[in-house]
Amino acid sequence: MTAVEDRATTEAPEREVGKARRRKEDARLITGRTTWTDNMVLPGMLHLAVVRSPVAHGKITSIDVSAAQQAPGVIAVLTGRDVADEQGSIPCAWPVTPDMVNPGHPSIAADEVNHVGEAVAVIVARSKAAAQDAVELVDVDYDLLPAVLDMEEAVAEGAQLTHDHLDSNRSFHFVFDGGEAGTGTDTDEAFSSAEVVVSRRFVQQRLIPAFMEPRSVVVQPQGDNYTMWSSTQVPHILRIMLAMVTGVPEHKLRVVAPDVGGGFGGKLQVTPEEVISLLVARRLGKPVKWTETRSESLMTAHHGRDQIQYIDIAADREGNVKGLRCRILADMGAYLRLVSPGVPVLGAFMFNGIYKFPAYRFECDGVFTNKVPTDAYRGAGRPEATFAVERIMDELAVELGMDPLELRRKNWIGAEEFPFTSVAGMTYDSGDYEAATQQALELFGYDELRAEQQRRRESNDPVQLGIGVSTFTEMCGLAPSRVLGSLSYGAGGWEHASIRMLPTGKVEVVSGATPHGQGHETAWSQLVADRLGVPFEDIEVLHGDTSVSPRGLDTYGSRSLVVGGAAVVNAAEKVVAKARRVAAHLLEASEDDLDFSGGKFAVRGTPGSEVSIQEIALATFAAHNFPEGMEPSIDADATFDPENFSFPHGTHLCAMEVDTETGMVKIRKYACVDDVGTIVNPLIVEGQIHGGLAQGIAQALFEEAVYDADGNLTTGSFVDYLVPSAADLPHFDTGNTVHEAPGNPIGAKGVGEAGTIASTPAVVNAALDAVRHLGVRDIRMPLTPERVWRALQDGGDGGDRATAGTNAYGGAQTETTAGVSTPQSALGGDR
Amino acid sequence: MTQINVRVDGVTYTDDVEPRTLLVHYLREQLGKVGTVIGCDTSNCGACTVHLDGAAVKSCTVLAVQADGGEVTTIEGLAPEGGGLHPMQKAFHEMHGLQCGYCTPGMIMASVDLLKENPDPSDTEVREGIEGNLCRCTGYQNIVRAVQQAAGEMRGSTNGHASPAEVDTAAAPHVAAQS
Repeated sequence: MTAVEDRATTEAPEREVGKARRRKEDARLITGRTTWTDNMVLPGMLHLAVVRSPVAHGKITSIDVSAAQQAPGVIAVLTGRDVADEQGSIPCAWPVTPDMVNPGHPSIAADEVNHVGEAVAVIVARSKAAAQDAVELVDVDYDLLPAVLDMEEAVAEGAQLTHDHLDSNRSFHFVFDGGEAGTGTDTDEAFSSAEVVVSRRFVQQRLIPAFMEPRSVVVQPQGDNYTMWSSTQVPHILRIMLAMVTGVPEHKLRVVAPDVGGGFGGKLQVTPEEVISLLVARRLGKPVKWTETRSESLMTAHHGRDQIQYIDIAADREGNVKGLRCRILADMGAYLRLVSPGVPVLGAFMFNGIYKFPAYRFECDGVFTNKVPTDAYRGAGRPEATFAVERIMDELAVELGMDPLELRRKNWIGAEEFPFTSVAGMTYDSGDYEAATQQALELFGYDELRAEQQRRRESNDPVQLGIGVSTFTEMCGLAPSRVLGSLSYGAGGWEHASIRMLPTGKVEVVSGATPHGQGHETAWSQLVADRLGVPFEDIEVLHGDTSVSPRGLDTYGSRSLVVGGAAVVNAAEKVVAKARRVAAHLLEASEDDLDFSGGKFAVRGTPGSEVSIQEIALATFAAHNFPEGMEPSIDADATFDPENFSFPHGTHLCAMEVDTETGMVKIRKYACVDDVGTIVNPLIVEGQIHGGLAQGIAQALFEEAVYDADGNLTTGSFVDYLVPSAADLPHFDTGNTVHEAPGNPIGAKGVGEAGTIASTPAVVNAALDAVRHLGVRDIRMPLTPERVWRALQDGGDGGDRATAGTNAYGGAQTETTAGVSTPQSALGGDR
Repeated sequence: MTQINVRVDGVTYTDDVEPRTLLVHYLREQLGKVGTVIGCDTSNCGACTVHLDGAAVKSCTVLAVQADGGEVTTIEGLAPEGGGLHPMQKAFHEMHGLQCGYCTPGMIMASVDLLKENPDPSDTEVREGIEGNLCRCTGYQNIVRAVQQAAGEMRGSTNGHASPAEVDTAAAPHVAAQS
């Protein structure tokens, strides 16, 4: 053994990347020493409460605020007319087509309301209770207009209008055609010459992100400067947009996202309440706070999903797919928010999944309805696409009499074919679908479960077993700026980082990515510890404050590690390069003769002559003995703009028990193997998969935002909107394969959305596999016992969850529904 | 206004409260005990769980006046005096039983209460025992692990329960290195 090898084994610190580091963030979170926005109290702070529309669509004919103004503790009451000249419109940053129709989105409605819960006035009071008490004293008269609630009716001839100043309920018509784009062959020809065509209509129900921390905003005016603390995923984007909307100059506005209690896309927004809070603070010159209730949150924070998908697949009799055609109606709700139109458009490049379709066409209509706007929710476009392709592959397998896994295997991209350009024009970076599938099958115990399914089927067991497959990929690491530009997005997709070497050798890492539970402080520390060779504990990660972290594009789309982490790594490399020059100077050696390992520069072949990067930090601070002509700093900045998306993939398997007598479904086993590229922290990766699975399974089984015929959200509290509890979810068996992403220096692909995107179709496919032999072709999500039972009894897809005018589970009758018999009530489902 | 005397995290307070004031609002707004948070308005989420006279309650479902003469422990007073962490806090950290951390104070307080009833709960018993507390981030699996880990430590042994390193290896078999 040589001396050099000895040194490597005794002195090189353990590699941090790949280590299951416990999180730095936890200390304050497990002890209640946190900085949630609502915790903040400022001297003289006033409290806001929002008066909201009880009607889905109507003209405001009068507002009487006099009683509220005289209520105890009330300082001011402002209506839409009071702020009409200064509130602008909530911005939409993604005009997906040149002729996209944007009706404009006032923060406080001035003339008309377009969804239940829309703000019509704001109360400013000395206490939160006083503000809330005065809400009921505001008297608003509305001239009711018809509510547009059903997308298929909304796009039909002669439909009622969501906005009566527009010509139709269509916001945009977006088309991607592989034949026209040159990435595929002619779709019509593929279908006209196909041996088999299967067509289905799938419903992606409306969901609510339901982050645990309700949204909260505090604004402090200081002269002509304003500081806003907000429970947001996007402090940087929020600052730019608030400046554009309100006219407060960008350099006079600081936005801070302190500890943020979850987002899942739901806090990727510029909200009316953020604008209102800023306007009120500016008008009154006093600090203000607004914190929503849960009911307010469910009713007015943006929703997700909500598509009707018409999917056609063409194939030959041997199971070779020939074409895919997708027509989508995407519910925008009443207004366009930050990226509302972009969500279905992101999906446009993913409906083809991991399969080699020669022909592909995607068309999407963005549709206005009198409901709260939709926008990003975990996966944003990709869960919808993945559901459609993974469901239609199963339907095609049934049609062909093939095993669903064999059909997939026949058509997916081979490991040797990467990088692979898909029919949607995406270049899939790396992976091995067969390897992930094999590993998942072993984890799952596939053969035994298939055997049990057979036994139950033969014995006519009232509890049937089904197995569902989802082999998925997704595009994440948003995003190459030039690609976003080509899709007409209003910003780039780079991320920024800087590293500050402090005199005592400690390190500050400043990141433009803004975490809200993902563990950036821990993972970024691991990245930097490896690159700089400094201890994990010596690194502090700063983020989420536009005055501390001046440049950034924040956290969404599984981009933080892939783009933001890459910027951190590149900044660290620049620090090392600068430090090398200082080391060469201090060691009186040539830079080329220095080795850097374990945080130390050493002169090659000269034992004992070395200097650590932390010592160099102190020498830089003193700057007494520094290289000629070099500025005394080894700090560095980096901005990383990826050249491509990254494409995690995986195989998810679900075994589902369906009680054919009660309609009750129960996940018997769930196993998945995900390839998310290099794993920086396996604990965090596993946690992200678990949480993603919970939300994807919840879409399949539990969650649905239901509106009644008048446009009232009937799932407006956690009593009715079923966020699953621990008892509702199974144990997950998870695993990984690792194919590094070539597009970033870490090799990571992004993990935040994978579990959500993959799991929903696996669960639904499993339930259908259990009961298809009983004549069930489809069951609408969520698969409530009621729907499953109806599908088993009556065929069809289980129908609507709630009938007109009822609460979701038939708790309350209204005057218009009392005594009315519906197909659902006749079945005993709804009353 | 009604006067109440209440002991919170070892300190006695005498305060005037409105009869309608909820315990959670009293804790947060009058005492500044903002470690206890509010997640819903229907007593579904459990984020506001504290101990009142030794039993877990959702402090949004208790009026402040009902706590008169009582003893309240919040997440801020759970750890032993003189520093350190309660075994449940430690286990949530060790097992990665939290992500955003918003449900965590309530989840920890509910879990401590669960172990009083059942010091050695099975996976299913933990899941049913904490079903009054919602978490949107973790999918609960690591919370279940954390509660069982804490149960082992609080019973004075780890018999029947894996040590953290073993649990992690099972969870992430592709990783050899542990911290």
